[in-house]
Amino acid sequence: MTNKIQYGFYFDATRCTGCKTCQVSCKDRKDLPVGINWRRVYEYAGGQWNQNGDGTVSQDVFAYYTSIGCNHCSEPACTKACPTGAMHKRREDGLVLIDAEICIGCGSCARACPYDAPQIDNDKGIMTKCDGCYERLAEGLLPTCVESCPQRALDFGVIDELRAKYPDAIEPNIAPLPSTEITHPNLIIKPNRNAKPTGDKSGQILNWAEV
Amino acid sequence: MKRVGPRGSGQFERISWDEALDTVAEQLKRITSQYGNEAIYALGGPGAMYSFSNRGCLNRLLNLSGGYLGDYGNFSFAQYIKACKYTYGAEIDYLFGSSVAEMANSDLVLMIGHNPSELGMSGSGQGYDFVRQKQKNNFKTIIIDPRYTESSLGKEDQWIPIHPGTDAALVEAIAYVLITENRVNQAFLNEYCVGYDENTMPDGVPYSESYKAYILDNPVAGDLTPGANAKTPAWAAPITGIPESTIWDLAHDLANAQAPFVQVAMSIGRHSAGENNVRTAFMLPILLGQLGLPGTNHGGIPMSASMNVFSMENHAEAGDDANAVKKRISFFKFIEAVENGKDLTVLKDGVILPDEELDENGDGKLGTDIKAIIAYATNRLINQNADVNYSRQVLADDSKCEFIVVIDNVMNASAEFADIILPDVTYVETEDLVNQGAVAGDTATLVQMSTSVGPMFESKPLYEMCVGIAKRLGIEAEFTKGKSHKQWLDEAYAATQAMNPGLPDKDVMLKQGIYRKYLPNGAYLSNKAFRADPVANPLPTPSGKIEIYSERLAYLAKHWELPEGDVISALPKYVAAWDGFEDEATRHDYPLQLGGYHTKGRVHSSYHNVPWLREAVQDAVWMNPIDADQRGLKTGDQVKVFNSRGTIEIPVKVTPRVMPGVAALGEGAWLKMENGIDKGGNINVLTSHRPTPLSKGNGQHSIRVEIQRA
Repeated sequence: MTNKIQYGFYFDATRCTGCKTCQVSCKDRKDLPVGINWRRVYEYAGGQWNQNGDGTVSQDVFAYYTSIGCNHCSEPACTKACPTGAMHKRREDGLVLIDAEICIGCGSCARACPYDAPQIDNDKGIMTKCDGCYERLAEGLLPTCVESCPQRALDFGVIDELRAKYPDAIEPNIAPLPSTEITHPNLIIKPNRNAKPTGDKSGQILNWAEV
Repeated sequence: MKRVGPRGSGQFERISWDEALDTVAEQLKRITSQYGNEAIYALGGPGAMYSFSNRGCLNRLLNLSGGYLGDYGNFSFAQYIKACKYTYGAEIDYLFGSSVAEMANSDLVLMIGHNPSELGMSGSGQGYDFVRQKQKNNFKTIIIDPRYTESSLGKEDQWIPIHPGTDAALVEAIAYVLITENRVNQAFLNEYCVGYDENTMPDGVPYSESYKAYILDNPVAGDLTPGANAKTPAWAAPITGIPESTIWDLAHDLANAQAPFVQVAMSIGRHSAGENNVRTAFMLPILLGQLGLPGTNHGGIPMSASMNVFSMENHAEAGDDANAVKKRISFFKFIEAVENGKDLTVLKDGVILPDEELDENGDGKLGTDIKAIIAYATNRLINQNADVNYSRQVLADDSKCEFIVVIDNVMNASAEFADIILPDVTYVETEDLVNQGAVAGDTATLVQMSTSVGPMFESKPLYEMCVGIAKRLGIEAEFTKGKSHKQWLDEAYAATQAMNPGLPDKDVMLKQGIYRKYLPNGAYLSNKAFRADPVANPLPTPSGKIEIYSERLAYLAKHWELPEGDVISALPKYVAAWDGFEDEATRHDYPLQLGGYHTKGRVHSSYHNVPWLREAVQDAVWMNPIDADQRGLKTGDQVKVFNSRGTIEIPVKVTPRVMPGVAALGEGAWLKMENGIDKGGNINVLTSHRPTPLSKGNGQHSIRVEIQRA
């Protein structure tokens, strides 16, 4: 399937301070309950401490954040896993959306997605997910998360245009994200100086309680 | 609402506005006639930053009714401004240092505890400015902090973790290197400073009392041989936790920098020896002679660009001058002033009295207890004040403080101790102008609030409450000056517009909302005029110079009555004070130092009640993996954090982002007492109400605890 255009996100990990404004402004716009986060900010950190025996310490600690919504992947795992076709990729702009009328809330998409983008709404019995703020796009606005970021660390647009606009950005094969080979996400990242490659074992996600 | 159960039980009954305002007016009249106006205390806070309907309204009302007990200092920088006063000559003028924009001219930015990305919520403007300046100019950035903060995250070139409250020991060791390697700026010290060495001592004070002699521990001028107590890097290493070689390198980096920009955080003042911590940190730019020059800073926090706004508080009859009561206490002493204000004194407690009430020694007693408290837009009656259990015990006794009014729009821990609660409006229910805070960075911003919804339920803006009380006190005409609320707002706006030519008309701002300017007055470079010509532009110190040795402090050190362990000293000094890293009285029972920091999840205690924010930023105590392993703890375990003052119970987060021996907890969580244990995670259950020596301010970052599985 080829799209007319393909939207995607840009994330600057050198600017992000993990403040969560993107996550909260998204929830505010969509009035999402606690427990459903269309955008999540992962804290990845590691490093070792040594007590030097003379009362001093040394260390090689690192940390950085990654803000992730839905990457509206070119080969989405969620649409393939969906038994009803509710999860679908929109032809005109490549956004991956859920048809709430058809969704049976089985959770297959959430299990398939390596980015935790689909978020189940147990009260309504359906899956929910970042929709790229498609109605704001129609008004010529950017997604809420992008416009609310105090550090202006996010951007959104036609992914090829983003790639041209941000030559420092790379495909996000960066821990804690999975290999881009799985779904070909439409996300590019300007990596943090501390960035570790996908599969890195020297650090871990420290804020599971927050995502 | 009025209280119906015991004070602090949180039991209230809804009453009419008439009954509420009648009660407030009657109680104010009764208490002022029985105990005098100095028994009334107005407790303010940063919960509402409107320019018009703010605590200025309340203060003006109290001034018109005979005055109230004043206070000085504040929770943010009480100690810091005393360090400014005794080093540079004035308090607020030297609190603020060079703009963040000035970092563009620096090749080395050293942040001692400074953390722009967390100081304000979401980093505020200052966090934005710092990241931009760093990325654009790529100055070397060294951050000294017990936590690997959000200001780090790869933006730092070096993170140096340090035991909380030991920054002064680090600085003294750097001073030792600079002195012994002859890297100090001797010409600058000779011309601009008092008290460095034999060239610059005040009349009659010997070299042995100089800074150089103190650092070297050698009373003989010209002899660089270190004494047994010289402040060497080897001495500082185990105190700070920083390897000796790192201290040497840091000293050399500073000495080699063309324009080092030294940023001293307000937080290092909020320790048990806070004033000395800040004064000592100021020594780095002073010894290097690196202030008043492009790309440098004297240490002060970044000057924020700002615009002037009308404030009722600054309005002619509203200021301090109009308060008929001339007695003042430290902001941090009000609970003690409830318990036993009568016996608080000038020399022991820092009470300020009018000259005619002082005895021949300059001493005197406050002579009165606080009998009524009016708390507006603040949670520092209980939640944000130190030693919550002490405050609760003192305030629960309604024979001591006989009347407490809380004016707020949320039911917080402080409101639970009210006798009368007056419901205030929120930001979206009132028309007012809001000026930015002091950490807003290089962009000056005014925000016009508009009434997108009217006052919800039965809430009212503070101004209207004050009019109601004024009417009952028989001073309505004086208070309103015959103007309506709208007339006041229109006049306030016009006054603000006159001060800011370019500010659009109000009807435009009501739609536009925000008005801002990047550096309307250009970037600020601290001490520029003094550096250019110290004779024509002397500092406001008695000597006109930077006072490394302060004769005023030498005097206070002799005359003030201090508890054992508290130090006021003519020279800036590292002091191993109560609940600090070296405190023998507490370090064995409570082996962990606990650092309180500004969490991203709220502004102090404001917005703690927003579930989305509680979800976004977990209130968990940070612990290093080494300490967690020793206690068999893993992330998510519920733990008790405790000391002699109280216990809180919260989850633990095991993270390498805090150094061994140090735990960290975001301040501001709302108190939730259950059987004597706070399940809310309020750090002030663990903090001490013992004041710092000089400012009598809050040493709330000096905390020792033990942590165990709950």
